[in-house]
Amino acid sequence: MSVYQNNEIKEEETSRTLSLVVDNQPGTLARVIGLFSGRGYNIESLTVTEIDNARNLSRISLVTRGTSMTIEQIKSQLLRIVPVHIVRDLTLEGPFIKSELALVKVVIKGANRVEALRVAETFRARTLDVTLSSFVFELTGKPLKIDAFIELMRSLGDTEISRTGVSAISRGNKTETKLLEQI
Amino acid sequence: MTVDKTITGAEAVIKALVENGVEVIFGYPGGAVLPLYDAIFDNKNIKHILVRHEQAAVHAAEGYARSTGKVGCVLVTSGPGATNAITGLTDALMDSIPVICLSGQVPTHLIGTDAFQEADTTGISRPCTKHNYLVKNADKLCDIIHESFEIAFTGRPGPVLIDLPKDIQLTRVKYGKKINKIKNKLIKNKSKIDQKVIIKVADLLINAEKPIIYAGGGVINAGPKASNLLTELVDLLNSPVTLTLMGLGSVSNDNKNFLGMLGMHGTYEANLAMHNCDVMLNVGARFDDRVTGRLNAFAPKSKKIHIDIDKSSINKVVSVDFGIVGDCKEVLTTLIQEIKKLHNQNNLKSKSDWWAQINEWKKRDSLGFKQIGKNIKPQQAIKSLYDKTKNLDTYVTTEVGQHQMWAAQYFGFSKPNHWMTSGGLGTMGYGLPSSMGVQIAHPDSLVIDISGEASFLMNMQELSTIVQYKLPVKIFILNNQWMGMVRQWQELNHGSRYSESYTESLPDFVMLAKSFGIKGLRVEEIDKLDKTIDEMINTKGPVIADIRVEKEENCFPMIPSGAAHNEMILGSNDKPKDTSDAGLALV
Ligand SMILES: Cc1cc2nc3c(=O)[nH]c(=O)nc-3n(C[C@H](O)[C@H](O)[C@H](O)COP(=O)(O)OP(=O)(O)OC[C@H]3O[C@@H](n4cnc5c(N)ncnc54)[C@H](O)[C@@H]3O)c2cc1C
Ligand SMILES: Cc1ncc(C[n+]2csc(CCOP(=O)(O)OP(=O)(O)O)c2C)c(N)n1
Repeated sequence: MSVYQNNEIKEEETSRTLSLVVDNQPGTLARVIGLFSGRGYNIESLTVTEIDNARNLSRISLVTRGTSMTIEQIKSQLLRIVPVHIVRDLTLEGPFIKSELALVKVVIKGANRVEALRVAETFRARTLDVTLSSFVFELTGKPLKIDAFIELMRSLGDTEISRTGVSAISRGNKTETKLLEQI
Repeated sequence: MTVDKTITGAEAVIKALVENGVEVIFGYPGGAVLPLYDAIFDNKNIKHILVRHEQAAVHAAEGYARSTGKVGCVLVTSGPGATNAITGLTDALMDSIPVICLSGQVPTHLIGTDAFQEADTTGISRPCTKHNYLVKNADKLCDIIHESFEIAFTGRPGPVLIDLPKDIQLTRVKYGKKINKIKNKLIKNKSKIDQKVIIKVADLLINAEKPIIYAGGGVINAGPKASNLLTELVDLLNSPVTLTLMGLGSVSNDNKNFLGMLGMHGTYEANLAMHNCDVMLNVGARFDDRVTGRLNAFAPKSKKIHIDIDKSSINKVVSVDFGIVGDCKEVLTTLIQEIKKLHNQNNLKSKSDWWAQINEWKKRDSLGFKQIGKNIKPQQAIKSLYDKTKNLDTYVTTEVGQHQMWAAQYFGFSKPNHWMTSGGLGTMGYGLPSSMGVQIAHPDSLVIDISGEASFLMNMQELSTIVQYKLPVKIFILNNQWMGMVRQWQELNHGSRYSESYTESLPDFVMLAKSFGIKGLRVEEIDKLDKTIDEMINTKGPVIADIRVEKEENCFPMIPSGAAHNEMILGSNDKPKDTSDAGLALV
């Protein structure tokens, strides 16, 4: 936290999923990313897309890691950014869903092709592209599941990976509509 | 109604500045802002001050803002104009000073082509502004200017930059007036002050046996009323109070409960009261490392309360027991009400033991020094300057270094907004341009830049501005020929290896003054100090006073790097323990 050496027992770092609503304008993302690099925070995953065209709003889903003091700092620092309107800590709020999409290309000839298809089926991956020597699979789900899938594919052949990063939302019937009205 | 009236984007910008109360703008022209200069040429409501370097424009705007409580305004050209302003913007961000900076930019269709004097100004300034804009649509121009004032001023103040491509300045637009819904969008912590917390805090303060109030720049930011409230609280609780460098003046220096500044060069009694207190109330200060010393030994036995408008200041470096997010004027108002209510039933805890202890610490006389011999002690120079100006309406700015600390220690500040210094960034070269901004805002007051000779050299081109606008600022240089603060650290921490901290070839400051057609004074002996100060004060125009002081004087008391409040050194005989390796790494 500080340049002063601190003998206190370090609290453990945990992973947190944050969900932000921001103005969709140039510079917003740069400010968010600049905050993390400038203050030495971690970004494990970050996704951004417009969610409300009429009101020009985007959602940033962000996975970070830190002690609870650091996470509180990150949240308050994020809220200082003028075009950041809502900062929700999904990990703290309750049950939530975290999902990611991956495109996995694997180059395989011979017997392993059948094995690859079997694995894909087990993971419920879709086959998007096939050649005599390769596949492209599409897989969605929890990051851990995707990690496992990629691990298996790597052992089968030369791979190329493209992942979207985590998108997240809370479970249950609560929405942000009220919060958005205040913007 | 009437025919559709359009004006150029540049005219709209200037009109919007006027609508937002701007009377003065500090700037420097160039190709990318010529349309704005056209608009200024035609506008009688704005006074433009032509500085000699864009960094100085921002510092002047900061001085103007800090001494008036208004927003300071700056205009610079693209490329080098904008990059020159960056130090000033960072300074304003660190010290929470509201500044608007307009910068020119190459026309929109040339952005990204490495055009002449193109720089990615919004990219470069992003981390050193509270917010910034690149205006690509002339229709949004007016709204953006209005919004930028709200941003600079609302919540924790700070600098806002607006990058204006030249074609946007030339596009014809309809002027748009300010509408008042912008503010709402900016206040994100809409929660009201939690009355339950206020009650608990009031109770804690009333029952404290060894309280300390530690207040800072946030009180100044909140306006003069906040300073009055702070003083009221201090009296009500009969609590000792200490101020940060940025908070000086919020409680008067002659208040009987004032212990002086705290921190690295704070008084013995202030730092020990912090170390030994049972309840600490922080009002608008940010637990800066210059103030806390080693964190794991910071006020170990205390309950801590922190009032700050910026949630991110709370629990940033020091965990507190109660964090109250809010404007300190509002929070103090409710807190005082609550204390008065409870106070009637619960009598205040007696603090006589605490005060007895504090008075013991005061006896160490940590700011004591001996003026012996002919040489002028820098401390004495400041003391004499204070004695001779305390009954005048005096504003003080400083540069950065030992002289800055001596000014904080030996000059007394009885009112807020009369002390302008670069605290967070510690920018040498801040004081001279800042004094211009102050003088422009307060033409009839005495404005003094307490300076070091090395810092003065950093922005001395501004003498030309001072002469042009007949600004009667007094430049009081404590000339020790060393970068004194650097020399002091080298002596204490680096085995007296005085590497590159001596300034060879200093100018003759009296001749320098002469060359600008202003008065230059020099004094080398203590007997003539008073006379020189009198002459400086009584001179109508600007003055450079070259005060030749003891060259190797150190600034004490001092908490060495990496040490705690109770490990202060009080003077040269008080040799510090060897600085720890961790301490050596600190700035
Ligand atoms: C050479 C040198 C030596 C120094 N030595 C010392 C020293 O010995 N002692 C010392 O104190 N400083 C010293 N400083 C200055 C130090 O670096 C910091 O700038 C200073 O301590 C910060 O002051 P502050 O805590 O009052 O915060 P500021 O920087 O003034 O910040 C103000 C705080 O108040 C909050 N705030 C703003 N507006 C409001 C409002 N309306 N209501 C409520 N809160 C608000 C802000 O969010 C912020 O947290 C030194 C600087 C230099 C260059
Ligand atoms: C722009 C800038 N560069 C470097 C420093 C580091 N620094 C801090 S104090 C100081 C020396 C200041 O010397 P002077 O202005 O003569 O003041 P003195 O300490 O002698 O009173 C230096 C170089 C700084 N604060 N700002």
